[in-house]
Amino acid sequence: MREARWVSAARVTVLTALTLFTLAPLYVMVSSSVKPLGDVQDDFRWWPSRLTLRPFIDMWSTVPLERYFVNSVIVSLAAMAFSVVVAIFSAYAVSRYRFRGKHAFSLTVLSTQMFPGILFLLPLFLIYVNLSNLTGINLYGSRLGLVITYLTFSLPFSIWMLTGYFDSIPRELDESAAVDGAGALRTLIQVILPTAMPGILAVAVYSFMTAWGEVLFASVMTGESSRTLAVGLQGYATSNYVYWNQVMAASLVVSIPVVAGFLALQRHFVAGLTAGAVK
Amino acid sequence: MTTTAPKTPTVEADAVRPPQRPRMLSRSARRTLTPYAFLLPALVMELLVHIVPMAVGVWISFRSLTQFYIRRWSEAPFTGLDNYRVALDWSGPTGAELMHSLLVTVIYTVCTVGLSWLFGLTAGVLLQKRFHGRNVMRTLFLTPYALPAYAAVITWSFLLQRDQGMLNHILVDQLHLTDDRPFWLIGDNSLWSLIMVAVWRTWPFALLCITAGLQPIPQELYEAAEMDGAGFLLQVRSITLPLLAPVNRVLILVLVLWTFNDFSTPYVLFGGSAPHAADLISMHIYESSFITWNFGLGSAMSVLLLLFLLVVTVVYWIAVNRRRRDA
Repeated sequence: MREARWVSAARVTVLTALTLFTLAPLYVMVSSSVKPLGDVQDDFRWWPSRLTLRPFIDMWSTVPLERYFVNSVIVSLAAMAFSVVVAIFSAYAVSRYRFRGKHAFSLTVLSTQMFPGILFLLPLFLIYVNLSNLTGINLYGSRLGLVITYLTFSLPFSIWMLTGYFDSIPRELDESAAVDGAGALRTLIQVILPTAMPGILAVAVYSFMTAWGEVLFASVMTGESSRTLAVGLQGYATSNYVYWNQVMAASLVVSIPVVAGFLALQRHFVAGLTAGAVK
Repeated sequence: MTTTAPKTPTVEADAVRPPQRPRMLSRSARRTLTPYAFLLPALVMELLVHIVPMAVGVWISFRSLTQFYIRRWSEAPFTGLDNYRVALDWSGPTGAELMHSLLVTVIYTVCTVGLSWLFGLTAGVLLQKRFHGRNVMRTLFLTPYALPAYAAVITWSFLLQRDQGMLNHILVDQLHLTDDRPFWLIGDNSLWSLIMVAVWRTWPFALLCITAGLQPIPQELYEAAEMDGAGFLLQVRSITLPLLAPVNRVLILVLVLWTFNDFSTPYVLFGGSAPHAADLISMHIYESSFITWNFGLGSAMSVLLLLFLLVVTVVYWIAVNRRRRDA
């Protein structure tokens, strides 16, 4: 197909500009993480005066990064596991059954994602504080409270996307499983789950990313012992001196797992969005 | 559909396998209840984390819930609409600040969503044609969306530092556009910095959705238009945009709501306290609630924010659907 000259020129210009815009902070992050401290104290420089891996070692002792890291891993993995299981069950019901309130359920779940987080932050804070006092189960300032909160954050999108995936699985598969005597649960586990694996993986990565990157609730609901990376990373900046090279090194390290997971599964995100949008 | 046969396949199964225990429920009752059983975990979690707290939030907004009552909030005295009156009194300091914050948030949302959508659409359309390196570019563009908010935004805050930042190095030291180094994170510039960072984080999602929406458009449509002599812009206007309309309708609404409620970007960019010029509403309510510990007032503001967003959503939805019918 031939196209006008100006279109190819515009393509090159616009895409180059967007590439530079996207790359700028990524370049700052990567290059600053291998700079000695002196390089980030003065004027910005494009190249490190000498390459060093010190920031990647020092960052662990400037703030208790290891504890934040462990907290984030535990909270995100737990939120991901529960969220995926809960989403699978819901999506199965929405995709395979007709029942009263189906529309209302989908609408409610989707709309909770649109509500201002600040609206339920204050009451949730009060509820957790008081539940902790009443029952002794520590929800405020603990990882458990965060897990419960975060697992609901990824639910709406996960249910929506998995419903789209499940809908695309032919019902004849269910029916032949039922002929073999499988109940609803067995059909779900033996027929639907293996077929929908790519979608489930994408949803799992999405849930993990959501929990890993959440800031608002982490800033209120965590104490010193349960602090996650989202709040902990600011520790480099609040002390009277900012170790920018260590901040960048830590940012890089905490980004790699989620970026790698997302990019590996990006194809399935697009497929899931398409499946959801077609409905 | 699975609901065609009254003789469900489980009939044969049960006939072969004798029931081990007396059935508590008839088969049809079980069939009716099964979907609810599957939904139960999601319902419980939604109730605990969203629905009940929201109801409690509305309840609190009618009380004078200050720091004395945090640990026994049920005893906080009922004060009727007092909190709302304070929040909506634009001649008082609290109301004026809230109004200012709302205005800033509207500017922030319009600019961020507008630019993000424009970038996403332009890149999506320009990336439709196959060329060498297209997939690498797509992957690169999606990276900001995958990065954890705090890691990306903290990098931006370094880039925007007055003395050590990359932006001033380019503008002042290399291009000599101005002599004194501007501040980007305090003062009036802070809103534009915030919008730039938000666009950087948001537009990949627009690109992702628009790419998904472009995929089902058949190539033949463009070829036919080309045969009729339609240029690139006419093709975009007469084929791409109309066929993308369903995606755009939802995408723009979602972006508006997310951007309006954004907290992470300003919180991390400004290190916990926003400058006046960039005092977004979520930050504003957060700060006024946790600095003064006046949760009653904070909740009233949150409820007002929710009502505002509901009105915006309903008006938007009616407007878009009317346009669709007229078209």
